[in-house]
Amino acid sequence: MSAIANSGKLVRLALRRDRIVLPAWLVVFVLFAAVNAAAVADLYPSVASRVQAAGASNSTPSLVMLYGWIYDPTAIGAIAILKLGGPYAALVGVLAIILTNRHTRSEEEAGRLELIGSTVVGRHSALAATMFTMVGAGVVLGLATAAALAAAGLPVAGSVAFGAAWTGLVLVFSAVTAFIAQLAQSSRTATGLSVLALGVAFVLRAVGDVTGHDRHPTFLTWLSPIGWAQQVRPYAGDRWWVLLITLGFSVLLYAAAYVLASRRDLGAGILPDRPGRATASKALRSPVGLAWRLQRNALYGWAGGFLLMGLVFGSAASGFGELLNSPSAKQLITALGGEKGVTEAFMAAVFGIVAVIASAYGISAALHLRGEESELRAEPLLATRAGRVRWAWSHTFVALAGTTVLLLVNGIGAGITYAAHTGDGADFGRLIVAALVQLPAVWVLTGFVVALFGLLPRLTVLGWVVLAALVALSEVGPLVKLDKTVLDVSPFAHIPKLPGGDVTVAPLAILVGVAAVLVAAGLVGFRRRDIAP
Amino acid sequence: MTTAISASGLVKTFGRTRALDGLDLSVRTGEVHGFLGPNGSGKTTTIRILLGLLRADAGTAEVLGGEPWRDATTLHGRLAYVPGDVTLWPNLTGGEVIDLLGRLRGGLDPARRRDLLERFDLDPTKKGRTYSKGNKQKVGLVAALASDAELLLLDEPTSGLDPLMEEVFQECIREVKADGRTVLLSSHILAEVEALCDRVSIVRKGRTVESGTLTELRHLTRTSINADLARSPNGLSSLDYVHDLEVDGTRVRFQVDTGRLDEVLRQLTDAGVRSLTSQPPTLEELFLRHYEDPDAQLPAARHEAAAR
Ligand SMILES: Nc1ncnc2c1ncn2[C@@H]1O[C@H](COP(=O)(O)OP(=O)(O)OP(=O)(O)O)[C@@H](O)[C@H]1O
Ligand SMILES: [Mg+2]
Repeated sequence: MSAIANSGKLVRLALRRDRIVLPAWLVVFVLFAAVNAAAVADLYPSVASRVQAAGASNSTPSLVMLYGWIYDPTAIGAIAILKLGGPYAALVGVLAIILTNRHTRSEEEAGRLELIGSTVVGRHSALAATMFTMVGAGVVLGLATAAALAAAGLPVAGSVAFGAAWTGLVLVFSAVTAFIAQLAQSSRTATGLSVLALGVAFVLRAVGDVTGHDRHPTFLTWLSPIGWAQQVRPYAGDRWWVLLITLGFSVLLYAAAYVLASRRDLGAGILPDRPGRATASKALRSPVGLAWRLQRNALYGWAGGFLLMGLVFGSAASGFGELLNSPSAKQLITALGGEKGVTEAFMAAVFGIVAVIASAYGISAALHLRGEESELRAEPLLATRAGRVRWAWSHTFVALAGTTVLLLVNGIGAGITYAAHTGDGADFGRLIVAALVQLPAVWVLTGFVVALFGLLPRLTVLGWVVLAALVALSEVGPLVKLDKTVLDVSPFAHIPKLPGGDVTVAPLAILVGVAAVLVAAGLVGFRRRDIAP
Repeated sequence: MTTAISASGLVKTFGRTRALDGLDLSVRTGEVHGFLGPNGSGKTTTIRILLGLLRADAGTAEVLGGEPWRDATTLHGRLAYVPGDVTLWPNLTGGEVIDLLGRLRGGLDPARRRDLLERFDLDPTKKGRTYSKGNKQKVGLVAALASDAELLLLDEPTSGLDPLMEEVFQECIREVKADGRTVLLSSHILAEVEALCDRVSIVRKGRTVESGTLTELRHLTRTSINADLARSPNGLSSLDYVHDLEVDGTRVRFQVDTGRLDEVLRQLTDAGVRSLTSQPPTLEELFLRHYEDPDAQLPAARHEAAAR
């Protein structure tokens, strides 16, 4: 037991560090669950309307890919959790990955773990503390979600099953991250690989579901932790035993992480480090050259993910048949966030989601500025002729250009599969435009982080808070019928719904202007302030 | 004789901490200037102000004839900086970092780079995260020393270096000095300071408490005297530059302000000296005296108070 001595103290430390981020995430998720459940319950009061809606969803491959099957068409709960069990489940995974990594590898890289490791804590205390923290967070999330769903009027047993499934997701992805963190050479690599694992889990579930026939997914779904969460089938049988798979797998991975942790040195990965270049390449001669070098691997990974997402969504959109012209299907699409013109509304909604993910990239890329500053790596650079504005611009530029690349490849991916289906080459271009039209809103968020960096460097984490708030606003706002002026606070609200909608240039130009002002404020602010570790 | 760095009355506060409280510093062109003081006394803060990374709340600073905050970019082409804790990018090699910093500073001499890598025995192909503490420090040192900078700002540059490498470092600094370049060296390693520095400034709690050559500073401290006299001495205890006096018959032991050694010896010879040993202050004593907080009741001070 001495290997994990004093983990309790570390748990308290972890909770203290996360005292804002963790509760904020939990509240957002519980809120999503509650509002979604309530809205769907209002929409389908009668069994007949539910059966019709569920039938429409189950016979639409794109929806099955995105959300999964509705296992009991008569149960309101099974319909209500459609969205929560699909994309939101992936977001729960992201939460688990970020938090786990925050307390393992990134702590280690900052050297703090070494300091802690030398005090009276056991060799595995940090890993154990992270596990305890994440188990706690998962259980709280599950209980709160179950309570919220039950409070919204859904059956209690199903609500608990659903909450437990989310708890399971936190456990699994925390375990995956803890395991990968032992293999990877750096915290960024660890995050990247973990998110990749999450993406694979999502795709396995999507493909496994869609290749099965009517509510019988193939074995691929059973290879995916997200698949397991859905196979609990809350409100549609409540198969508790599936949770055992999740639990067993998590225990196994955590155990493996412990074994690896005792085999490797602090700061190193199990995967070996190869020697690199003895001299710098020609490209590494300017701040932008350095920023690109530091961020390119991450960008390649993100771009691969965005391309894949585009390909999947494009082919999913092709799956809408005439069937979806039925009124109940349209109603369902509306409930899931779309408008009219079902296929295009679906694509527009998807690009809206893509824009949020691209914003997350933009924020994390711009946050390199703060990371480099507080880890003191910026200092030697700023003591050269590089100049503050040029240096701050370097990562800003990578963030702005990176988001452009991501949306572009996403549009290309979607365009390829969609145009291949419709046989209309013009669709290819239309989807690329539909993806790129999101850029101004994405840039506003990126610019916001740059402004924070220049003006309020200790509050850069607000970038994430604002993104979460905007997502909450756009997801929950319309459902609770918030005033349009409130909804219009979000830059995403001003993006035309493409393909299909009308384009007005003015709002886009204004958004670009806002982004430019924010970036300029950040750069000027940084030139005027002290360097702050 | 020109000054490379002159600062006067520098004040810098961080919230409630007053890191600098009217600090003065003057470094002459071509000298190696030691910058000493206890932990948290404001050395790093001063260097950051000189680099234009921080803006002083009050006071003036001039570096190579420019104002560090306003003229940062032009000045940075003429100076090189090594922080006390060189942090490297985990996936960049040491060689890449050296080249990058050199290029951003305006170019570095490949021959000198090669020579320094060899002398410091540094493998430039390793990734940043795999270097040991001392080797990280060497990356920063090679990057700075391979440049043609007129002024080197070194903040505890040798922390973590082994004695062999410390020797190489001292050699390099002597070469820099021979080139007529200027060095500001913050350090806790007294032997290094003694070996390299022409002049030193000592700071405590954000103020310069002493500045001068080591000889001058030695002058300001006390020499221990142990003597056997022919007669018991008269009047020694009334001299205010004699401290910790102990008289045991004809034997006396005391400390004297080194600047007044001559006068006290005259007193002793009047009493007839049979034997005498004198011990000049060690460097450690010299610094400890300046490092110690005069407000706090220290053992030595208490002893003195009791003797009086
Ligand atoms: N960014 C900051 N925010 C708050 N306090 C700071 C900051 N930087 C320095 N300080 C404080 O200012 C004082 C002077 O610190 P500084 O780093 O200049 O000391 P130092 O002489 O370099 O010490 P050392 O010998 O330990 O390197 C310390 O009390 C330190 O805690
Ligand atoms: Mg210091």
